[in-house]
Amino acid sequence: MSSAPLAPKSSRTRSRARRLTAGDRVFLAVVIGIPLAALLFFVWLPALASLGLSFTTWDGIDLADIHWTGFDNYQQIFGNYPPFWPAVRHNVIWLLFTALLPTPFGIFLAYQLDRKIRFTRIYQTAIFLPMVLSLAVVGFIWEIIYNPDTGLLNGILNAAGPGHHIDWLGNPDLNLWAVLVASGWRHTGYIMILYLAGLKGFDPALKEAAALDGANGRQTFLRVVFPALKPVNVIILVVTVMESLRAFDIVYVLGGGVGSKPGMELLSLLITDNIIGESSHIGYGSALAVVLLLVSLAAIGTFLVQTFRKEDQ
Amino acid sequence: MTTTLTRPPSDVREPRTRPAPGKPRRQTGRHLMLGGIALLWLVPLLWAVYTSLRPYSDTAQHGYLSWPHSLGLGNFTDAWNQSGMPHFFWNSVLITVPSVLGTLLFSAAVAFFVSRFDFRWNIVLLMLFTAGNLLPAQVLITPLYRLYLLIPLPEWMSDSLLLYNSAWGIIAIHIAYQSGFCTFVLSNYMKTIPKEISEAALVDGAPVWRQFFQIILPLCRPAFAALATLESIWIYNDFFWPLALVETGDKRPITSALANLQGQYFTNPNLIAAGALMTAIPTLLVYFALQRQFISGLTIGSGKG
Repeated sequence: MSSAPLAPKSSRTRSRARRLTAGDRVFLAVVIGIPLAALLFFVWLPALASLGLSFTTWDGIDLADIHWTGFDNYQQIFGNYPPFWPAVRHNVIWLLFTALLPTPFGIFLAYQLDRKIRFTRIYQTAIFLPMVLSLAVVGFIWEIIYNPDTGLLNGILNAAGPGHHIDWLGNPDLNLWAVLVASGWRHTGYIMILYLAGLKGFDPALKEAAALDGANGRQTFLRVVFPALKPVNVIILVVTVMESLRAFDIVYVLGGGVGSKPGMELLSLLITDNIIGESSHIGYGSALAVVLLLVSLAAIGTFLVQTFRKEDQ
Repeated sequence: MTTTLTRPPSDVREPRTRPAPGKPRRQTGRHLMLGGIALLWLVPLLWAVYTSLRPYSDTAQHGYLSWPHSLGLGNFTDAWNQSGMPHFFWNSVLITVPSVLGTLLFSAAVAFFVSRFDFRWNIVLLMLFTAGNLLPAQVLITPLYRLYLLIPLPEWMSDSLLLYNSAWGIIAIHIAYQSGFCTFVLSNYMKTIPKEISEAALVDGAPVWRQFFQIILPLCRPAFAALATLESIWIYNDFFWPLALVETGDKRPITSALANLQGQYFTNPNLIAAGALMTAIPTLLVYFALQRQFISGLTIGSGKG
């Protein structure tokens, strides 16, 4: 797989490529071959296998028991699998919430912090801190807040006026929002740091020019800074979409560690519901995985186009 | 917060290329807002610290939202001793260290290949690695789980005799999955190293492997520092792979073991807070010590693609 693409492109590289000895070629074949083999075997093979298995039924034990069933699994999950549509709806809510609140807030904070003020590093550290914690830890921290009997939130509500006993994580109308607050707590800092890096590369002369033209802070940001940072905006959009699709850990922990819970179904959780423990639903799990894959590919494609466009020229 | 205000001003200010004209404006309003937000962001963490320092009997008697009657580290020692945390920490080390080293070695090799030689499929290779890291883990998990059940390992590597239920399996998927991100970052970094450096080595007749180990790798030290910091925290924090691919609790790393302890100590939030905070301590230490590396790793990867 590695000796085939050794054909050089330009005359300049041809002279260089000729200097590669047999030993050099073996070395290059090894350094690209082993990581590529690992990537294909552990990442791309399972991804393609998910696609293949989504058209079959399998009990997950004997390879000979895999039976082709065409689009049956898809028909089943779309029409006959009650948690599917709630999960899709929750993933969409997750995305909209994250895109409309924590993401703009992170951008706002980055813009506020990207100037010569004291303590900016302290503010950044505090707001970014949740991002360093494992989602398992984040889950426990919020569980201590949301617990209906002992939690901080009900404690404060009861101090204000007794009689509150809200089961934040148990009530199916509330729990998704409770989890979204915890997730947004983490996401804000992430976006802030990414945007700060983008703002560092921004030419301050443009901002000055806008200020000289009489633009206020908000106008400068919306009309000058934001449009000029298109590459960063695309990255942030992709990060937001991917994080919303991948959301798993925090819901898993806050849901009690037993798979999906009413009100908090997500595609990622339904997939693991169908493969761990129950062995007869591999086709279901794979079809769900393919649905997730197709949606992710849109985001991945956007990212790749944005990133590699300039190199392709 | 006030104890941190004693830092020298040169440390808290961002290095800027352009000095501000005239006297800096008073920024009281902005500081009130930013300080308020920063404090609000710390509340959940501080609440966990407060809860973990109070004995269970104190909170049971007076409620959680109350002034403390006694504070101590009892919950930490209890969590440490009762739930086998040292063992799970050791599992985390056994998984994280080889995974980080393997990821960096693999991705340095691929990045070297695609950035220093003009082969035709370079862009495709780089995309394959980058996109691999962007796939949601749940898309891979079903076949990976079955695959791990099929792959035998010798007994000295895994007492399950399978890739399933062994640290090797977790290390392998971490390396394969994380290589994508690191390859992307390192190839961008290596492209900034002038071609003349390796061309000079070629003219001198140095074989390619010496170029790689003796010229390119040492020059990438800053990128390695950033990526090693970032990847250590990510891999240490991950708990999805072990959750799905390690069946027996005692082989799991600390983060997924923590999820297990949830049921066991559900009725004692003080103990859970202590356990969660202890799990967070290594990442917090790494973050505070190597904050610059951590953030530059994150931003050279995502911000300046």
